[in-house]
Amino acid sequence: MSSQSTVRLAPPVLWAAILPAIVWLLSACTTVAPIAELRGTGDLGVVIERADGRVKIIETTGRSVLATVEGLGDLSHASVVFSRDARHAFVFGRDGGLTKVDLLQAKIVGRVLQAGNSIGGSISHDGRLVVAQNYAPGGVKAFDADTLELLAEVPAITEDGRRSKVVGLADLPGRRFVYSLFEAGEIWITDFSDPKNPQTRRFAGGNQPYDALVTPDGRHYIAGLFGEDGLAMLDLWNLDKGSRKILAGYGKGEEPLPVFKMPHLRGWSVAGGKAYLPAIGRHEVLVVDTGTWQEVGRVPVRSQPVFAMARPDGREIWVNFAFPDNGWVQVIDTVSGKVTHTLQPGRGILHMEFLSKGHEVWLSARDDNKVVIYDTATKQPVGGFDAASPSGIFFTTRAARTGF
Amino acid sequence: MKVPPLFAHVAVFLGAALIAAFASASASDVPPPAPEAQRARELIHIVRQDCGSCHGLTLAGGLGPALTPDVLADKPFEGLVATVVSGRPGTPMPPFRSIVSEPEAEWIVDQLMRGFPPDKGLPPAR
Repeated sequence: MSSQSTVRLAPPVLWAAILPAIVWLLSACTTVAPIAELRGTGDLGVVIERADGRVKIIETTGRSVLATVEGLGDLSHASVVFSRDARHAFVFGRDGGLTKVDLLQAKIVGRVLQAGNSIGGSISHDGRLVVAQNYAPGGVKAFDADTLELLAEVPAITEDGRRSKVVGLADLPGRRFVYSLFEAGEIWITDFSDPKNPQTRRFAGGNQPYDALVTPDGRHYIAGLFGEDGLAMLDLWNLDKGSRKILAGYGKGEEPLPVFKMPHLRGWSVAGGKAYLPAIGRHEVLVVDTGTWQEVGRVPVRSQPVFAMARPDGREIWVNFAFPDNGWVQVIDTVSGKVTHTLQPGRGILHMEFLSKGHEVWLSARDDNKVVIYDTATKQPVGGFDAASPSGIFFTTRAARTGF
Repeated sequence: MKVPPLFAHVAVFLGAALIAAFASASASDVPPPAPEAQRARELIHIVRQDCGSCHGLTLAGGLGPALTPDVLADKPFEGLVATVVSGRPGTPMPPFRSIVSEPEAEWIVDQLMRGFPPDKGLPPAR
């Protein structure tokens, strides 16, 4: 009997050992997703690892990498737009892949291969439509932002039957999108209010538009031209007036220097009533008064500028350069109109992204395989992390801006 | 014995054609000399990454045309080398003579026509 009672006593002792183990295992089960704790998305962002078809999801408060998402295809020229709630990132890949990434769950929730060769995309103001701009076949395509179902396609075909590559796509109020045709030299505005029945209006552009921007207020669209000295400008509040040329002849007829990388234009180059625009084939940043659209200055810089980006407060313009000078960054003071700092943050600086209030800038150093973070006040590095061949850096604060 | 004139002509013609065919075949079979290892790695990186900003990282095309072997197959070698060195006026293709030498351009074009090697990245900073 006594031996039996010791046997009966055994289970509680065993339970004492097993129960904590079960509790520990169960609690481990609840941490499924990498970013599962309750948090906002306002300080999140995406870093493109261009050679590996991968993005890193980062947070800017602690300057850390939260997760890595794979399987996004060829990201050699990738760009990203965000849903209105900044929960999802839409990643446009070079191979025509459009991938919807859930930032909180760190996973792909939708993906379509929508073209053979793509350059980027945009999202409508109501967040319902995602539009891709394509090189091959040239044109734009509109997708349902929830399901990525194809809703409409507008081929960039002109009267001569030629199909153009589409560049410089930007969102406008009222489910409209504006973009430029590289070969045809035209500017088109397509209204997707009725997504299955898009309406397009055409305007003259200029010779070989390579990229374009819409000003932060959504009033003006400016297309940079590779094939001629000047830029095309469209007043979006007075479309019946058509487009006009600004800064015509800025090259003064001089032989252009080789352009080893096309500049990128976005609304970030507008600050304090002036636009700061990379010249083509000249080592200068052109300064234009956005009231009169006359040139009011030009700033000599180290090489062919690629990005001329205003710090969000407008006090500084940070400029990076085309190969082979892509290890340099220069800072222009907008008050004196002069270069005040020349930095070497790393090799192959492809992109710069400011925090929304401008106190930090994140730079991708492709050839050093890292992202470096600079304090914009001290111009000193304050952090960074490893990333494989990083290119674009995109913060969710873009979700709230026109032209991003 | 007398060789019929037509036969002689045909023989000479065939012979010349054979020699010409053999000569041109051997010309494209002897690849341009490769640069030393470090420079070759640098050039591969430049082509993949920096030419790739217009031609695509996979060289399947972008603003610039595709540079894959099937696309380049019917293009004359010398013309491609000239495009790399001198650029193509009227298009965004810039002259690369300040970046690569002519023999390096020949090696790059030859590698493109064969299928370009993968990028191993730049060596660590000196």
